[in-house]
This record gives sequence, structure tokens and C-alpha cells, in this order.
Amino acid sequence: MTYVEENKKLIQEVLEAYPEKAAKKRSKHLNVHEESNSDCGVKSNKKSVPGVMTTRGCAYAGAKGVVWGPVKDMIHISHGPVGCGYYSWSGRRNYYIGTTGVDTFGTMQFTSDFQERDIVFGGDKKLAKLIDELEILFPLSQGTTIESECPIGLIGDDIEAVARQKAKETEKPVVPVRCEGFRGVSQSLGHHIANDTVRDWVLPKADEYRKLPEGFEPSPYDVNIIGDYNIGGDAWPSRMLLEAIGLRVISQFSGDGTFNETVMTPLAKLNLIHCYRSMNYICRHMEEKYGIGWLEYNFFGPTQIAKSLRKIAAQFDETIQENAEKVIAQYQADMDAVIAQYRPRLEGKTVMMMVGGLRPRHVIPAFEDLGMKVIGTGYEFGHGDDYKRTADYVKDGTIIYDDVSGHEFEEFAKQLNPDLIAAGIKEKYVFQKMALPFRQMHSWDYSGPYHGYHGFAVFARDMDLAINNPTWSLIENPWNK
Amino acid sequence: MTENTAKNPTPPENLTPPVLSEPGKIQDHFDLFHTDPYQETFEFKRQFEGAHSKEEVARIAEWTKTWDYREKNFSREALTVNPAKACQPLGSLFVAAGFEGTLPYSHGSQGCVAYFRTHLTRNFKEPFQAVSSSMTEDAAVFGGLNNMVDGLANSYTLYKPKMIALCTTCMAEVIGDDLGAFIQTAKNKGSIPEDFPVPYAHTPSFVGSHITGYDNMLKGILECLTEGKKQETTNGKYNFNLGFDPYIGNIRELKRILQLFDLDYTVLSDNADAFDSPNTGEFKMYNGLTTLEDAADSINAEGTFFFQKYTTPKTQDYIEKEWGQETYNFRPFGIKGTDEFLTKLSELTGKPVPQELVDERGRAVDAMTDSQAWIHGKRIALYGDPDHVFGLVNFLLELGAEPVHIVVTNSNPDFEAELQAVLDASPYGQNSTIWGKKDLWHLRSLMFTEPVDLLIGNSYGKYLWRDTHTPIVRIGYPIFDRHHMHRYETLGYKGALNLHNWIVNTILDELDRQTIIPAKTDISFDLIR
Repeated sequence: MTYVEENKKLIQEVLEAYPEKAAKKRSKHLNVHEESNSDCGVKSNKKSVPGVMTTRGCAYAGAKGVVWGPVKDMIHISHGPVGCGYYSWSGRRNYYIGTTGVDTFGTMQFTSDFQERDIVFGGDKKLAKLIDELEILFPLSQGTTIESECPIGLIGDDIEAVARQKAKETEKPVVPVRCEGFRGVSQSLGHHIANDTVRDWVLPKADEYRKLPEGFEPSPYDVNIIGDYNIGGDAWPSRMLLEAIGLRVISQFSGDGTFNETVMTPLAKLNLIHCYRSMNYICRHMEEKYGIGWLEYNFFGPTQIAKSLRKIAAQFDETIQENAEKVIAQYQADMDAVIAQYRPRLEGKTVMMMVGGLRPRHVIPAFEDLGMKVIGTGYEFGHGDDYKRTADYVKDGTIIYDDVSGHEFEEFAKQLNPDLIAAGIKEKYVFQKMALPFRQMHSWDYSGPYHGYHGFAVFARDMDLAINNPTWSLIENPWNK
Repeated sequence: MTENTAKNPTPPENLTPPVLSEPGKIQDHFDLFHTDPYQETFEFKRQFEGAHSKEEVARIAEWTKTWDYREKNFSREALTVNPAKACQPLGSLFVAAGFEGTLPYSHGSQGCVAYFRTHLTRNFKEPFQAVSSSMTEDAAVFGGLNNMVDGLANSYTLYKPKMIALCTTCMAEVIGDDLGAFIQTAKNKGSIPEDFPVPYAHTPSFVGSHITGYDNMLKGILECLTEGKKQETTNGKYNFNLGFDPYIGNIRELKRILQLFDLDYTVLSDNADAFDSPNTGEFKMYNGLTTLEDAADSINAEGTFFFQKYTTPKTQDYIEKEWGQETYNFRPFGIKGTDEFLTKLSELTGKPVPQELVDERGRAVDAMTDSQAWIHGKRIALYGDPDHVFGLVNFLLELGAEPVHIVVTNSNPDFEAELQAVLDASPYGQNSTIWGKKDLWHLRSLMFTEPVDLLIGNSYGKYLWRDTHTPIVRIGYPIFDRHHMHRYETLGYKGALNLHNWIVNTILDELDRQTIIPAKTDISFDLIR
């Protein structure tokens, strides 16, 4: 049997454990990539099968946790019962600079803490009062977003009316985000909903809200960084690289971003988008409305960084292109040194990945820069266009799993026995109990940054310490042999 | 009111700082962002941020520390900021995990389960397995019956549990899904065998908190498993329940104590291994240690002990009324609380307190007298669940420390009255206030206006540490930023020793931090304390 055939057989075996109906559904989400295939051959963005232990979250997680949450000088209200805001409080490591509780609010939890009477009588009055109280206690906040939790959409509250009224009264933006957790099939719809609120509630008033820097002159080199959430500080080395080649970043949306940066975005010449999945909607809108083009880039690992810098520079003039070459050349020696240090320790090691927005494809070349091989990958909440893009990254025989269940992931890992699994916190200790080295690929396992040249060095160090740490060799006891 | 202070900031000069500041030296977020090029980048970025002037930020920051701000803060009626409570299903999943072969199942939206699993996993650094009905918009309209029929079939077939413990998210509660009828329909449709146990609990997140969900699920499990199991005679055992207690060392310590008394027991929800399983190289999905058989037989016990009275009111009421069984409430935390518990065990067994425990008591008290000078009169702020806080307050009063600010977001009047009586009776409780239903943003105001020497709380308390410079002892749930705390016991004399150790050494660490500047504060940087 060829490698592709072996893995196809493995998928069939893994599906056998399901009841017939579930097996049929799940079979469409699992495939072995063949190079002739242009889209990985899996279905995606479908409802999760009940009871199979999906890793997915909800629309609220996508809207509050991912897109709006990192806008640091606004207050994001978890509107509804206390849990959603509690569990997502400070969980994401989207770093920011600011005095928390005074001019920034990123690691705080604001909630309307719904009680039974709020469900029965509705929560609009409470919400209005709550926003008044925010104004008293947090006068430097630059606005509010209201992220509605499941009950809000079920009891018929009109958060839009409250938002309109309070925006008028406070003269600050108040953005209602209808991201109830039951909407859609994963956090992905929450990204979309949040993008739509930028389109409908923020950008139409951008000129009114915008505070231009003193002496601001538009420049042909103005760009936005879109969809970098600054996990472990990722957006900062990215920003520096762009500025090093002569561009001017006038907005980060949303990692370490502010409301003003959000309304700066229409002034840019180009949107540079890191996480396509969560922010392509607003980029498409800005292209249509303002004629601002957008470009995806990948700043994981020296190969892709160079490729992306050239691709970005090609949108501008020769000066920028020359700068890009200079920057790439300047970091060559550093990258050679990092690779010389770590590649011999990682050469040939195999990896299985399962992450969110873009990492299941974008990180693959960074592993390859270190001589490692990704043998399985998949998305929690990807769509068809993600898998299409993934086909350009993966090799023949790679197992592709969409919305992988606990059962599938464990069985694949048991059979393929990779040297590293790179996924999320819910998976981490399952695999570590199986003596499989693991790195969290959402939070960078409390490390980072991983973007840019500085980030790649940290990435290389972390993959080495995960795989080559001596504790793994202690797991088997001496009496069991 | 808003202005930019950075007048025509210029871009940083060095935008390509080397990756390796010296050969082999890699800088990550701890170092990298403090270097000049990054600091200059942050300053340059500021002009686009529409930021308030640094003077204005400083002015407001100072104002948040005042009595004026405190009064405004305490006038809040609608807003909750940084609450010290979670929602019901978290407690339901927590208690379910202690039963043999049990798969926790949350009926409703799927995102909730992702959050519960993440939260528990981050605290315990252990896998936590649970499933969801994955209900979406169509289920919001038509109800979640089909999701449950499929969900039970899939999870039963795939994960081969011995029991599925089912709770609800607020979505299922708002639309009013009928759990009992749905489970029966699933059985009729062959999703699961007719005799397969599926205890359930309604756990709306807009009622109570995680401890309410603990109570509801525990009651649901006991109701389900003990149905028709009542015998004419007792089984001679006692049941023990620890409540929403994140210290799995406590279960092990309790069992050791009971074994020393040679008392036959059943721990109702023994999740010690579920949250602390050995690494053998094989992943074991189910680690709940309370067998379904023992749980079923718990109805025939002599009585049931509870260590968290305010976590378990419904379960206690059920056991008293439906089982006709005696319930006992003890708080074996600190010296006197443990004394009372052991005295009761001695009375029930007719045996003297084992010498081993008497010696442990002596050692714990010895340690407390050794360190008393450093703790006496120290002003403490603390927060957490009612019963957790109760145990800590008892211990602090024994040490001669003064619990000044006591914040309990998920408080209730009975708890407050009982704790107030304890405080009133102690000379060290005279300056105490119980702040029921308040949150950690209220506590911030309290700590600025009426400062304390020490804060006791979970990891979220580190923000109060940062803002008020009050050192924190991490005791509670969740603890995300320190490792392995949950493996220790806080119960019994050994637990008292741990609590004492954490408290006194935090005080001493803080003294070192305050006296570490050479030629300035290090006069008191003492070798011997």
C-alpha cells in the first residue's frame, strides 16, 4: 500500500467506531491529501455532530474573544449570564500597552450578570443603566461593544435600540454585536458578525469619530495590519518589519488596537491581512467601499517572511522593494544561526496540527524551515477557501481533518505517532498523557511572539524544548518493560 | 478632553534589531518588548491610537484610588466587573467527573463546553473530557430533542461511558427543553440502552453560580443511581462530600484520615484522579473514583458528611427528606475545624483520635506558634465561594490575623449571618466586613481606601496585586499562573500546615522584596527571620 492508501485505510478504521449516521457525516470531513487535489477534499463549516466532542467554540467566542476583545480602549460587555465572560476573561494573551482599568480594559471582565428576572422581564433597561455606570467609573473608555450571549436573542431584547440611544447620549460609539452562541456552527460566524458591526456601526461614522495625529499627512505607504491579534506580542515584530521596509502602519485591527485605529483604517492604501478567516469580510467591504486593496501575508518562518515581504513590497515602488531585499538580507545571518542551532535537533521530526484561523497552513513552512514535516493538519472552524489555500501548503499523504473530534484526533495520533502535536489547551494534556510532546498553537503555550524574524527564533527554541526535553523519557517506569 | 502628547513623533531609528542579541541568546516576550527598538515602536504607534494624554491617564488612575471613586463604584446597580463566580454547568461537570466511567454532557450551545473544559484544564493541567449537544439556530426554534437523541447515541457509542451526567446551558433553559422526556425519547429510539443511567440537572447560568450547578448535578446523580436501592438496614458506611473543592489533595487527605479511624466510607464524587492522574504513557479517559455501585448504595449509609454547607443545600435537603438520612456539616480546615471533625469521627467510631493525627495536630500548632509574630494583626483581604471563605476566615482568626475585607460574589444571607457571628465572637474579627454580592472591582476600591497587608485569592487576584501592590497568596479556584497548587491538601492538620506555610512565606517574601535595594532599604534585608 502507498502512504496515501495507508492513511485512507486509517480514516476508514477511525470511522468504524461511530454510529452509522455520524460516520457518514464525519467521513466527509476527513481525507488524505493528494497533490493533484486543489482543495484538500474535505467538507467544512458544517454543524458539528452532537456528542462527539468537538473542540469548537461559539459565535460569542469569535466576536468577543477574537475580533472585538483586543480593541484595548473600548469596554466589551459580555451581555447575559456571568459564565461566558468569566471563562473568556484574560484567556487569550492578546497583549497590549496601557493602564488597565483606566485607559485600557483588555484583561477585565464586564458583564450584565443576568439573573432570572432579567430573562423574564428583559435586560434592555439594565443594559442602558450599565452603560451609564461605565461612563461614571471608566470615563477614559473610548466606547463600548455589547456582545450578546445566548439568552439575549431568545428573549427578544433590542440591544440595537439601547446602543443607538447610548451612543447619542455618551457621544461615544456603542456597538451592538449579535453574537449569541447558538448562531452558526462555530466561532467563525462570530468573526463575521463582528466584522459586519465594524461595517455597519463604525466605518460609516469613521470621519466623525477619527482623531488624526497632529500634522498627519496621508502617505502612499500607509497600511493597516488586519487580523493580527497580538498573541504573545505577534503584531509588534510584524509592525516593525513593515515599517523597516518603509511602510507606515496607521492601524492595527485588532491586536493592541484602539477605537481610533479602527476608524483610521479607511485612510490606508492597503490592508495587510494576517488572519484571513476572521477578517476577510471587512477587507472585502473596504475594497468595495473605499477601493482599498488587501493582501494576505505569512510571517511564520524565514522562507515565508521573505516571500511575504517581497509580495507586499511588489505593491509599492522600487524603494520599498529595495528596502525589503535589504531587510531580508540583513536577517539572513541571524536566521542561518537559528537554523544551525535547532535544525539538527529537529530534522525529520513529524507534527500533527489542529488549530483555528490560519495557523493550520501558515505554520507549516516554519516547521519545514526547521526540517520538520507536518503529517496531519486541520481547522476547528475553517471554510472551503481555507482548505483551498491549505492545498498549496501540504504534501502528498497528509491527513486532513476538519472539526476533528476527540476520538478521531486520538486515534490518528496513536497510529501515526508524531513527534509533536500542535493544537489547543483542551487537547494538550490528552496527548501529554500519551507521552506525546505538545505545544499549544493558539496561545503559543504562554510563549511568543512567533511572528517575524524575532518570533521565528522563539518558535524554533520552543519546538526544540518541547520535543527534546528529558521528562518524556521518564514516563515509562523501569518495571513495566 | 483627549489630546495627543506625542508631538510629531518620528519613527524609531532602528527597525531591524538583531534576532540574536548575543550568540545563542533568544529573547522572547519577557525581554524583547522592553528593548529600545520595541519601546520606540510603541511610542510611535501611540500617535495613531487617539490616546488620552499621559497626564490625564495618571490623573484618572489616581482618582480610582479615592473614597470618591469608591462611593461611585459601590453605587453600581447594573454593572458587574471582574466577578468571583462562574456559572452553574462548570460545577456540574466538576462533580460529575468524580464518578466511575462518567461522561459529562452539556445540553445546549456547544461553545459553553469548550469554555468549561478549557477552564478546568487550565487549573488542573489535566485533560477534561465532556461533550455537547451542539445546538444551533434550528434547535433554538424547534427545541433540542434531535440533538440529544443523536448526541447521546454518538457519545455512548464512541466513548463507552458507564454513565452520562447531563446538565444544561442557558440556551436550553430559555427555550425550555424537557430533559426527562428527551432522555426517555432517546432511549425509546435506541440511542442508549433503557437501563443506562443518564442523571440530569437543570443548570441555568442565570441562577446562582458554579456551586449551585454542583449541587443540582450531585442531587441529580444521587437521585438517579439510588432509585429503588433503599434497603431495610444500613450498610454501616458514611458518605463524605467535599463540595466544589479544587484541592484534590483534600480528598486523599480525607481518605487517609478515615482509614486511620478504620471507618468505612464512600466519597461522593471522588474526582482526585480525574484531576490528577498519573502519566503512564496511556491516556485514560475516565478517572472518577466513586463507583456507581457505591454511589447507589450511599442511600443506605449511616449518614452523610458535607464540608461545604452553602454549596449543597438541595442535596442535603434531598438526603434528609428522601433518604431519611442524617447529614453532618463540618469544616475541617484549620485547627479547631479539624478538631471538631475528628471528635465527631471518634464519637461515631467509638475510637480515640489516632496518635498519628494527634501528632500532626501538634506539628501544625507548633509551626503556627513558631511563625505567629509575623502573622499576628496582619490585615487580610480575601474572596471566593462562601464555604471556601468560611474555612479560610476560621483559620486566619486562629492565627491572629484580621480578615478585613471579605468579598463573596456568590453570597447568600444565611452564610453572611453565620460568618458574621464567627467574626463577632473573635477579637480579630472586629474590623471585618463581609461584602456579599460584590466583585473584584469593588475589592480594588476597598484595598485602595482601606489598605491591607495581604490578599488571599485566585489567579485573578494578581491584577489587584499589580494595582495595589498588596502581596497575594493564591488559594482558591482558578489558579492558572502557578503550578500544581491543587495537588496539595488544605484540609485537616496537614492542610492547615500548607495554608500556614503559603501565608507566612508570602509575608516573608514580601519583606525581602521591600528591603532589597542596596544602601537604601536593605538595612532590614535580614538573613534570619
